[in-house]
Amino acid sequence: MTKSTREIVIPSQYLGETSEFKAGRGTLIDHGKIYAKILGVLNKHPPYVNVVPLKGRYDPVEGDTIIGFVEQAMSSSWLADINAPYPALLHVSEVPWRVDFGETEKYLNTGDTIMAKILSVDVERKLNITLKDRNLYKIQGGHIITVGPSKVPRIIGKKGSMINLLKKYTRCRIFVGKNGRIWIDGEDLQVSNAVQAIRLIERESISYGLTDKVEELLKSLS
Amino acid sequence: MTISPTIKKNYLQKLAEQNKRSDGRKFSDYRPVSIEPGVISKAEGSARVKIGNTQVVAGIKMVMGEPYPDTPDAGVMTTAAELIPLASPDFEAGPPRGNAIELARVVDRGIRESNVIDFEKLCLEPGEKIWVVFIDIHIIDYDGNLFDAASLAALAALYGARMPIERLEEEDRNAYIKKLDDFGIKPVEETVKNKAGDEEKVMSYYIPMREPPISCTSVKFNDVVVVDPSLDEEEIAEARLTVSTDSNGSIRAMQKGLNGSFTLEEIKKIIKDSLVTGDALRKQLNESAGR
Amino acid sequence: MKSDIELIDANGKRLDGRTNDQLRDVKIEAGVLHRADGSCYLEWGGNKVVVAVYGPREAIPRHTQDPLRAIVNARYNMAAFSVDDRKRPGPDRRSREISKVISEALEKVVLIDLYPRAAIDVNIEILDAEAGTRCAGLTAAGVALADAGIPMKDIPVGCAAGKIGAETKDGKVSGGHVVLDLGKEEDNFGDADLPIAISPRTDEILLLQMDGHLTVEEFNKAMELAMKGCHDVSKLQKDALINKYAADVEEVE
Repeated sequence: MTKSTREIVIPSQYLGETSEFKAGRGTLIDHGKIYAKILGVLNKHPPYVNVVPLKGRYDPVEGDTIIGFVEQAMSSSWLADINAPYPALLHVSEVPWRVDFGETEKYLNTGDTIMAKILSVDVERKLNITLKDRNLYKIQGGHIITVGPSKVPRIIGKKGSMINLLKKYTRCRIFVGKNGRIWIDGEDLQVSNAVQAIRLIERESISYGLTDKVEELLKSLS
Repeated sequence: MTISPTIKKNYLQKLAEQNKRSDGRKFSDYRPVSIEPGVISKAEGSARVKIGNTQVVAGIKMVMGEPYPDTPDAGVMTTAAELIPLASPDFEAGPPRGNAIELARVVDRGIRESNVIDFEKLCLEPGEKIWVVFIDIHIIDYDGNLFDAASLAALAALYGARMPIERLEEEDRNAYIKKLDDFGIKPVEETVKNKAGDEEKVMSYYIPMREPPISCTSVKFNDVVVVDPSLDEEEIAEARLTVSTDSNGSIRAMQKGLNGSFTLEEIKKIIKDSLVTGDALRKQLNESAGR
Repeated sequence: MKSDIELIDANGKRLDGRTNDQLRDVKIEAGVLHRADGSCYLEWGGNKVVVAVYGPREAIPRHTQDPLRAIVNARYNMAAFSVDDRKRPGPDRRSREISKVISEALEKVVLIDLYPRAAIDVNIEILDAEAGTRCAGLTAAGVALADAGIPMKDIPVGCAAGKIGAETKDGKVSGGHVVLDLGKEEDNFGDADLPIAISPRTDEILLLQMDGHLTVEEFNKAMELAMKGCHDVSKLQKDALINKYAADVEEVE
């Protein structure tokens, strides 16, 4: 087993010259020099230098599949909280149902949960989402938890090893949204076990031997 | 307002039907509690209390003031709580509203009506000079059950509160020390560090206290009752009951909240469980205060 | 103001034993609160400060929104028990002014153009106060903003310098020592206080206030000391953030 440490960088940290690198995500350029603009992990992917965020709200990207909570039904659209700085707009033309004007509440209402896709992010940061694609729908059962963006890779594990372990022991369907929300569906007690295992993964700061620990917990719960 | 999705509520309710809570606790399990006294040096007494992720700091300040006309020989106490926007994305700045006022009043009643503070010993000159005790409660991090966290923090802060007699005029101070001596209250000799970092011996008088009642809060949803609700559970709670019990097993204060209802059997069961929880918390409070 | 207290002795030793260019002890911890998007706990001498950041999120009420950028709402608040004489809860003129100058200082380093219509709320709670709370509060706010994952040009940091031990005769001030980071008595009985905040990467000055009496030479000396203090505290800010998340980034097996 290998244990390597990636470098944490903080806003204002010098990362290189524009003559050497291209300033990627999470960076800024000042007088020909590249600096980190967020707290994150350094990711040099020549010619790009990027900073992958450790904390913070979800930064929407077109095409991402995310989990949203309906905040409000309006006459021809809905507003959803997607864990981003702004609510996202879901227009009636972007749902798989034929919704008459003023009848939005019949289909989706405040507190409903949806699996949606980011349709567009415009210059004013107005967000549009869609339900018109395969595997996009209103979520009916199960449970939702939210984790920080830095925890998502640990929950998935290398080549999906961790999440497959969770699925194997709990026989739950588990979907990790790009916005840090995780949907777990299955038998109620198994969902509860999966949640406890995810909380353990979140809490344990040292990843060495984490898979074994999680497996131990799942065995003791089942 | 933060949106709480319906499926989360449904999930918590379905788990409850199988005698489970979302964080793995049993219905009668309290979260881990930590009590840390003496965290604020400017306060006469202070404490930080954590119940799970909920975190509250209480501080005591004392000043000489005038008594109320109907109790000329008793000290006075006021309690204030602020739900500062630090603690939750849904708390707003501004003067205290309903929730903060109810919280402060319930904590206040729990201490005042059960005579935890020996108010008569806080009188220097009847009708003229008495101590005014200010209890200020700051909610730092909100994950449910503020009632218990706030009252425990207030009690722990009071337990460690040293009366600032050095701020009295010499004549007043000597008269008050004499009075305390007549009551049989002796100072505690303590070693403290002064500004230059040197050790110094001082005589401390602590606020005269009686054994306090301990508050224990339960909530009901979907016909189950759970103790020490987390924020998730508070969000779906239909009714809330806070019961303060003393070391003799008596009930000293109660407060029912929210728009749901309890049956008499549920209330009797809550009282029974609150006595058990109260004893455990009282023990922890006494230990934290070194008593 | 002149007191009988000797704030600095003939050997240049201050009341609490510090030399003229020495900071009080500073301890910083990032990510201390579970509910906030970012947070920081800071102790600076006898000051204890906790800061929570929420956002960026759509500013409410709507009329406070700026269509082109985010607004930074710093809210400096002193706990009632944080001072010798109990402070009445709620904002007063002093705390409103401090909130304003801190908000403005933070807006210079936060990349506010990225978040039109949004608000970033920075709640600064002073739990224990002992001279220099605005610098302590701003310094903790810088860490909490970075901890919240908010894009910034730099992590702002504050520190004060001042003058103590001057003689006042017939309204004329003479003598005195320029010192770093005024302590409690130095703040009460000193001759000048100069709190500043800077962007340490560029040395741009984000906040500057001054009261008392300084010659131009003394001001230059005080600025030099305060900037040095800022850079020393800046290192502690960075360590606090890196220490908090170092364990998080170990490669998954």
